[in-house]
Amino acid sequence: MIGQSPLRVLIAHAALILGILIVAFPIYYTFVASTQTLQTILKPPLPLLPGDQLWNNYSEALFGGVGRIGGVSVGRLLLNTTVMALGVAVGKIFISILSAYAIVFFRFPLRMTFFWLIFITLMLPVEVRILPTYKVMVDLGMIDTYAGLIIPLIASATATLLFRQFFMTIPGELVEAARVDGAGPWRFFFDILLPLSRTNIAALFVILFIYGWTQYLWPLLVTNSNDMNTIVIALKKMVSFADADTQWHLVMVTAMLAIVPPILVVVLMQRWFVRGLVESEK
Amino acid sequence: MLDEETKLTLRVVFPHKVLPYLLVAPQLAITLVFFYWPAGQALYQSMLRQDPFGLKSKFVWFANFRKVLADPAYLNSIKVTVVFSLATAIVAMAVALLLAVMAEKVVRGKALYRTLMIWPYAVAPAIAGMLWLFLFNPSIGSLSYVLRSLGIAWDPLLNGSHAMILLVSAAAWKQISYNFLFFVAGLQAVPKTLIEAAAIDGARETKRFWTIIFPLLAPTTFFLLVVNTVYALFDTFGIVHAVTGGGPGKTTETLVYKVYNDGFVNLILGDSAAQSVILMVIVIALTAIQFRYVERKVHYG
Repeated sequence: MIGQSPLRVLIAHAALILGILIVAFPIYYTFVASTQTLQTILKPPLPLLPGDQLWNNYSEALFGGVGRIGGVSVGRLLLNTTVMALGVAVGKIFISILSAYAIVFFRFPLRMTFFWLIFITLMLPVEVRILPTYKVMVDLGMIDTYAGLIIPLIASATATLLFRQFFMTIPGELVEAARVDGAGPWRFFFDILLPLSRTNIAALFVILFIYGWTQYLWPLLVTNSNDMNTIVIALKKMVSFADADTQWHLVMVTAMLAIVPPILVVVLMQRWFVRGLVESEK
Repeated sequence: MLDEETKLTLRVVFPHKVLPYLLVAPQLAITLVFFYWPAGQALYQSMLRQDPFGLKSKFVWFANFRKVLADPAYLNSIKVTVVFSLATAIVAMAVALLLAVMAEKVVRGKALYRTLMIWPYAVAPAIAGMLWLFLFNPSIGSLSYVLRSLGIAWDPLLNGSHAMILLVSAAAWKQISYNFLFFVAGLQAVPKTLIEAAAIDGARETKRFWTIIFPLLAPTTFFLLVVNTVYALFDTFGIVHAVTGGGPGKTTETLVYKVYNDGFVNLILGDSAAQSVILMVIVIALTAIQFRYVERKVHYG
């Protein structure tokens, strides 16, 4: 190891601290704004330290009448977003692990066709089939439903590829041993494959939860009514920079409530998150 | 034939006729209904000309593509997208690389720095955009207040270049975390002996970086370039929609925003479908590059 001169290390620390200030500042300032009165926010510059309205603003947004967006409470928005994020994460893992299981541990006609059909969806994001997909949603009556928010997003080439890759590293002896012992495919799946996949599932879950939580175009398309909006879409509806009526202090509370849950997931499950990120990258 | 393949791969499998189909059925059903059917429709509609109510339509072959590609607004949108994507990718990667190199030098506090650095990954792009607009909007933004007091006439709501700078900042800010993690992983994979040898030969730090470390990071850099381009092209729709709405005066109208706007707001169906198909070609090209050329040997610690 090459010794670093104390000065260079000091410069490195300074650069990192500056970097973190840039990275954290917008989030910190949102928090500061969420603890101020509307009047304070409207007269820039905003103080650098939190104000004394924390309790008032948050309770107003969560439980009060004023924090409502078109008659919908922030609590409802959080519920919608949580349902969507969990549904997308669990759904993607569920159907991907099943398809990967079939493709790796069974031999059947059209096996590789199915694999390619799943793989090619990588090249068909919503943006390239936007109107016809919307029409399908309308025809199936899935607008403004949780099923509509979740099901069309849970096909996952990335997750299927990841599980397939992992399954292929599992030695054939293990399958053989299971079969000799009289274990059928389900027994093998639940007693051997699933426990072995635990780390992969946890890692993937973090990435997919964030993916579901931060969706924008999809909920914008498939939710019209205010009480089915996700918190991100509702926030966009609340903000108007031209309009003097924007309730900035409540907007900032909503913004905090929209960013804190996924940040907590990433920070608390950091080990899985980093692993999932690096491994799920195609 | 299938048995041969089985032997070759030494894979022991379960003999079942129906079960595997049931296992792939859910995923397949979703891809067929929500991916292939609409994608096919987009291809078909891109060659139709329809009135907005869908009452009459005519098969026009490639006329929609010719029309779209000759449209100055579309060409402008291509230019905007290229500028936006390149600027976002370069800023996000340069800042992340600098920070990753600094993080390699410190011993104490490394884990803490990483924890603090990954926050923006969890922030939705649209919210990232709104936070930056809150800081930099001309009427109540605290940082625009600072800019104005420095004598800069800052107004992203009226000035196109200012709007673009704001979008790039927000988009790049969100992506720093991601790039940082990959660069840290890439740097850890650089053999220390190589750097030590260069140091013994008298190469100074800057020289060591550009002649040894940076070239060895090339696979990571190239991989991130593709990922960041895809991010800037597609995932930033929320930023554009929430912050500028393509304005002022179409100066920030990216390709994806335009597809949405022409299809959903202006209801020009044939054009929107043709634009979708052009985007499809771009995605296919990028995915092909990613799988063909990008080395996937990036590992984290």
